[in-house]
Amino acid sequence: MKMTGEGMLSPYRVLDLAGEQGLLCGKILGDLGADVIKVEKPGGDETRFLGPFYHDEFEPEKSLFWFAYNTNKRGITLNLESSDGREIFKKLVKTSDIVVESFSPGYMDKIGLGYSELNQINPRIILVSITPFGQTGPYKDYKISDIVAWAMGGYMLSVGDWDRPPVRISNHSQSFLHAGGQAAQGALMALYYREMTGEGQFVDVSIRDSIARCTPERVTESWDFNKRIVHRGGGGQQATVHITRAWLCKDGYVSAFFWSGPDAKRWNSPLIKWMDHEGKANDFLKGINWDEFNLQTVNQDAYDKIAKPVGEFFKSHTKAELLQGALEFNAQLYPISTTEDIVANPQLASRAYWVEIEHPELGTTIKYPGTFAKTSEVPLRNPFRAPLIGEHNLEIYENELGIPRTELIRLKQAGII
Amino acid sequence: MTAKLFEGIKIADFSRVIVGPATVKTLCDYGAQVIKIEGRSRLGHYRTTGPEPDLSAHFTSWNTGKLSITVNLSIPKGVELAKRIVSWSDIVVESFAGQSMNRMGLGYEELKKVKPDIIMLSSCMQGQTGPFARHPGWGFQLSGLAGFSHIVGWPDRPSPELGVYTDFIAPNFNVCALLAALLYKKRTGKGQYIDMSQLENAVQFMAPAILDYTVNHRTANRMGNKCEYAVPHNAYRCMGVDRWCAISVFTDEEWGNLCKVIGNPELTTGSKFGTLSGRKNNEEELNQIIEEWTKVHSAEEVMSLLQSAGVPAGILETGEDQLENDPQFKHRHLFQEVDHPRMGKHHPVGSPFILSKSVCEVRRSPLLGEHSEYILKELLGMTDEEIADWVIQGAVE
Repeated sequence: MKMTGEGMLSPYRVLDLAGEQGLLCGKILGDLGADVIKVEKPGGDETRFLGPFYHDEFEPEKSLFWFAYNTNKRGITLNLESSDGREIFKKLVKTSDIVVESFSPGYMDKIGLGYSELNQINPRIILVSITPFGQTGPYKDYKISDIVAWAMGGYMLSVGDWDRPPVRISNHSQSFLHAGGQAAQGALMALYYREMTGEGQFVDVSIRDSIARCTPERVTESWDFNKRIVHRGGGGQQATVHITRAWLCKDGYVSAFFWSGPDAKRWNSPLIKWMDHEGKANDFLKGINWDEFNLQTVNQDAYDKIAKPVGEFFKSHTKAELLQGALEFNAQLYPISTTEDIVANPQLASRAYWVEIEHPELGTTIKYPGTFAKTSEVPLRNPFRAPLIGEHNLEIYENELGIPRTELIRLKQAGII
Repeated sequence: MTAKLFEGIKIADFSRVIVGPATVKTLCDYGAQVIKIEGRSRLGHYRTTGPEPDLSAHFTSWNTGKLSITVNLSIPKGVELAKRIVSWSDIVVESFAGQSMNRMGLGYEELKKVKPDIIMLSSCMQGQTGPFARHPGWGFQLSGLAGFSHIVGWPDRPSPELGVYTDFIAPNFNVCALLAALLYKKRTGKGQYIDMSQLENAVQFMAPAILDYTVNHRTANRMGNKCEYAVPHNAYRCMGVDRWCAISVFTDEEWGNLCKVIGNPELTTGSKFGTLSGRKNNEEELNQIIEEWTKVHSAEEVMSLLQSAGVPAGILETGEDQLENDPQFKHRHLFQEVDHPRMGKHHPVGSPFILSKSVCEVRRSPLLGEHSEYILKELLGMTDEEIADWVIQGAVE
């Protein structure tokens, strides 16, 4: 794969050893123009066995999870637990700027590739380690999964229905994406430091802390200032009234609520105006003084008097109609999209967000989310597809490192590449 | 060894609520000097969420370490003053509804005139172009539009409130884009305009589910706490009021260890619970068996017994757990104590990553307009007469 055009990070090379917990880090750096090389164990990374799969075919070259977070990366195979493999890796470290990994704390040291070793080979190298709770401390050997990260990160307790357990977001692991995003920030900060001083450093990312960085409002902030614990809603402990957030509409749900406080009039009245425009706002709704409306003190009857006609209004419209109306009337609501709706979203289309990426091996192209930013001077890299297992072995081992073909055959037979 | 990483980097922060302020906070906590341009006649939303502008917990969390000046951006003189601040800056961050900065005369083209190599980042709901560019909104509803609300909660019920989830996705991308632009500027001398759509950022976190739709035409749905390839996988009620511990078992080995801990090793044999498919088919019954055990133990005990046996498990932590009890947060200084002149001691969040050569230092947030004079005099080098002139003309509120 030829790297064409200049990117903001085009002088830099990243060796990406990360598993599921850190794939987004390398992808962000690749999108910004870095030369990212995904280093997998011979036979392919375990992340290739994470679903969903292309046409539900459970094969390592067909994982859509792998596809999603390995675009803009080249790929090689290398057994880091063999001495020959380590020597090759050390050669790569010499010409690289950043190494990203998500093994257990201490693993890199154990195989002789810890920060102090890498620093000896290349004092400018930056090692980014993504672990469940960080490299040191009382929980350093605790195990994590997405649901545990949501739990211990503090986000989970306040999400859900009162009569059932709190919930995390379903499907793929969100916490690992936050960790990848934080890791990319740490990597770039270290790179900035290096450009100032010439020195590399070690970046210690905690997956759990990446979730704890989200929503302190409902967790630490309410404890800090009010010694209050926020529990999940649905008639929960604090709620004086049952407040609807997800409203039924013709073909799904729409997310909306009524504001109170100084901005209440500004944010609530457009919806009433819109309902009135369609002849669906009763005199009570039209007469509400939003300056006096207070969600903390309103009683259920008064709330229901507002909610009932609004609910009826939503039920008479589709999600697409509500999205369009929100724009026309400047109303504060958005439909709750399914993945199908997201792909059909008019704004994303108008900004040419989607990209079709060719997968010649599958004889098809696949529609992907495009780049995460639009920039004026130098664009983000248009994504190319995730690497096949060992796809760039020859390109990198033979062309760049100058390892002779006969030696490569030996390394392959010995299970090193 | 522990120098301020962004010493000398100057940021003009026009942003409001969470996404923009959290983006700038990251750079500020690592040493950038930040001027927050606020309004007094038009307060930012988070300045209105407490009893007074200087008593807003929400504001203080995301504006640590910044300096505050109050500028009236609705009059030309105020806009002129804002440009003076921009000419002092390396980076501008704003999060108004799309195109608002252009309308105020503070668009990128204008700012480039006063600072040719400025890096400017705009982060609004849906980007600066397209039909929805100017549509104002909030993370609550955007979490719906971006698809997260649909996949949280129970399949037989509407989705529960998820908070402003997308507000915590966007800053990841914002900070990365700003740092890449800084590195690019260092190399080429060129500034950059960065147009960020919080929707486009958020959809990055939906990518596998998106591909499942574009390839397999399957839409993702909410599944409670179920995970296709792990069982048990849920939050389990423990002793005490609304105390819970999450437990997840991905392998037979973890399952065996869990069964030993709960004193029920016979669950590892037989077709009912001995295999992943058996456990999956009998998940509800299994959840009950586990909860029989968890509900007579404290959440702390459940977590530490299971973690000691190598099973991923964790308390659903409260604010009290996080600030008072969790030893790992203390070890990593994730929450750092600051002393605010009006709100007293509190603990804003710091950095989820630790750099070996630079510290993250969280300092208290500013009072409204606290540094107006300091900024004009010391940072912009104005004389007392000049300052008086800006005040008289209403630029400084």
